[in-house]
Amino acid sequence: MLYPHYDVLGKWDTPSFDDKTRGVLAARLHVIPERRFFTQHEWTLLDSIVARVMPQPERAQPIPIVPWIDDMLSSNRGEGFRNDNMPPMRDAWRAGLAAIDLESHRRHGCGFVELDAASCDTLLRAIERNQVDAAIWTTVPARGFFIDILVKTAAGIYYSHPAAWSEIGFGGPASPRGYVRLGFDERDAWEAKEAR
Amino acid sequence: MSAEALRAKQGRAPDVFQSGGWMPMREFGHDEPVDFAIVGSGAGGATLACKLAEAGFSVVVFEAGPFWRPLDDFASDELEQQKLYWTDARVTAGDNPIALGGNNSGRGVGGSTVHFSMISLRFRPEWFKCRSQLGYGFDWPVSYEEMVPYYEEAEQALKISGPVNYPWGPPRRRYPYREHEMNASGLVLARGAEKMGIRWASTPLATVSAPRGKSPPCVYRGFCNFGCSTNAKQSALIVWIPRALKAGAEVRDLAMVGRIEMDGNGRSGQAIGVHYHRNEAWHFQRAKNVVVAGYAIETPRLLLNSACPQFPQGLANSSGLVGTHLTTHAGPGVWATFDEEIRWYKGPPNMAVTEHWNYVDQGKDFHGAYAFMSQGPLPRAWAQLMATQRHLWGDTLRAEMLKYNHMAGLVPVAETEPRAQNRVEVIDETDQYGLRIPRVVFSYSDNDKRLQRHAVRFMGDMLAAAGGRDLWTSDDTSHLMGTCRMGDDPVSSVVNADGRSWDIPNLWICDGSLFPTCGGVNPSLTIQALACRIGDRIKTLARRGEI
Repeated sequence: MLYPHYDVLGKWDTPSFDDKTRGVLAARLHVIPERRFFTQHEWTLLDSIVARVMPQPERAQPIPIVPWIDDMLSSNRGEGFRNDNMPPMRDAWRAGLAAIDLESHRRHGCGFVELDAASCDTLLRAIERNQVDAAIWTTVPARGFFIDILVKTAAGIYYSHPAAWSEIGFGGPASPRGYVRLGFDERDAWEAKEAR
Repeated sequence: MSAEALRAKQGRAPDVFQSGGWMPMREFGHDEPVDFAIVGSGAGGATLACKLAEAGFSVVVFEAGPFWRPLDDFASDELEQQKLYWTDARVTAGDNPIALGGNNSGRGVGGSTVHFSMISLRFRPEWFKCRSQLGYGFDWPVSYEEMVPYYEEAEQALKISGPVNYPWGPPRRRYPYREHEMNASGLVLARGAEKMGIRWASTPLATVSAPRGKSPPCVYRGFCNFGCSTNAKQSALIVWIPRALKAGAEVRDLAMVGRIEMDGNGRSGQAIGVHYHRNEAWHFQRAKNVVVAGYAIETPRLLLNSACPQFPQGLANSSGLVGTHLTTHAGPGVWATFDEEIRWYKGPPNMAVTEHWNYVDQGKDFHGAYAFMSQGPLPRAWAQLMATQRHLWGDTLRAEMLKYNHMAGLVPVAETEPRAQNRVEVIDETDQYGLRIPRVVFSYSDNDKRLQRHAVRFMGDMLAAAGGRDLWTSDDTSHLMGTCRMGDDPVSSVVNADGRSWDIPNLWICDGSLFPTCGGVNPSLTIQALACRIGDRIKTLARRGEI
């Protein structure tokens, strides 16, 4: 661990956190959405993809990612814009997940959830490089879906969680108290100390 | 969402400086033709609303998004603050489709100034006469000399914090507030610039370095691109809007304008008001003048969606130029790892700047210019950049993210050429209001690519000279400009130097769409200066009975 003694949430009751931020983070930490958009199969499939995209083997309680994707799709509130070659957000997710599963069936004769970790990674790497069966990817482009939608969304959710902030030594919430020491190798007492 | 409740009503509007506070607001009836209906409340709309209301005109501002109180509504959190962006359906296309959403849009009173980086730079004087003096692009119908008093007015109104001696451009008055202390991310730029023998400066920023009224000095919390929760940032929401309200303007929040209505007889060729959606219903506000200030996508979209038998190509579009000549600022980034702890999450994200290549023309194999700044992405944005640009995921992404506190980078605000084929159009797909949605088409020209190669090479050399290692590059853009350009004649422009439509004399435009060329600096200060100028011009024209 790079920042062994640092926990962003340790600042919960300090001037680095305000009420608004506490409210937002309490919801993120404790009010995990139920499945509303995906089918059970899609949910399980996405869960096994996300386990490779943002692997968290060291965490007894992994940062939840799939519930927040489901929540975004259920409320249909995303970035708003989409590339010309991409259907609207909800359709893109359904089509993209189905295509990943089909790729798995074509290559391995079984669904993605049944693959071992190494095969998952090989398959996802091929999708990332557009080395896919074009007949399967007619609705969404392989790399465009995997990188610009799936990985971008999953990484965005992971690094919106306080546990991820602690992991990388990010200062986290900083209102009303911001920072005083700004220069090279300078650190306020309320910032993460790096193990050197 | 409760956060999206309508607030500006019943004679009062939120007081942005007070938790739960209110201030009185004048209200106008639908059938009472107001002097000016202004569509949009960002850098263009809010500034002009303030100027016109203070000049005694009756003004109603329509804003599609909510009326925030920063002290109550803004969390220190990237994800929550996505609510500041325009996320209605849009399609992006072309060889180099522009990322929209958070990249270059705002939804809410104050527009994108609520989450902008606060960089407040003037245009290089020659850019106003780009074609005649530098041999590319188009001339503006105003000169730098005409703009100077309005740049000064905007800089004073925003109390820009900047260096006593700014190294580029003609001699100028000093900035109203002193410069900010530099963060390590900016010191990397400074070190690199000194090694390369070029000048650098503390970026003039619209966040105060000392108390100003009810604004406390900036505390360097670093969430500037996600809304300022302390009101140190001098956004349109806290600078121009309260002034406009005090002067008698009305602001209607969560009010989406869908169409500008023309005189039914079609004889006068005048706009008579706007149809807008608020509180689950469509309404019509009569107006003597309509100002469109929705930024470079929504402005042409509204003009095109307002097509009528008399103006089948859309309003103000006899030139066929509405929506065309879209420009953006290319922002290819160069990033490096440093031995020192940088912790670039502290302070405004772009504290150091060099305008070297805005003012030096020698040694360029391209037309145009660029400034570049130090950077400070927060973790979510940083992870997403590495995922989409380097295709990192899995253990590799997590390992790279561990270097977060040791990273620094440089990103330019790089000029692109105004070209007819880069454009905003409307397509048949409709949004939640039943309005046709915009499709944005953008491709870089060869010149745009040469300019970016130059920038990437130079910034890379500089970052390495500053001690960076493991350099890599990324592609991005910022800002949108130019889709309703101003000019000297009705054939080659949409509006004149006053933002007034050549075709419809009581229809005006006041935002970044006006820019004939985009220069190598962030547009917000120039938009606000233009709005101050347009406000003055309207006052003069009205006095002469020419409105």
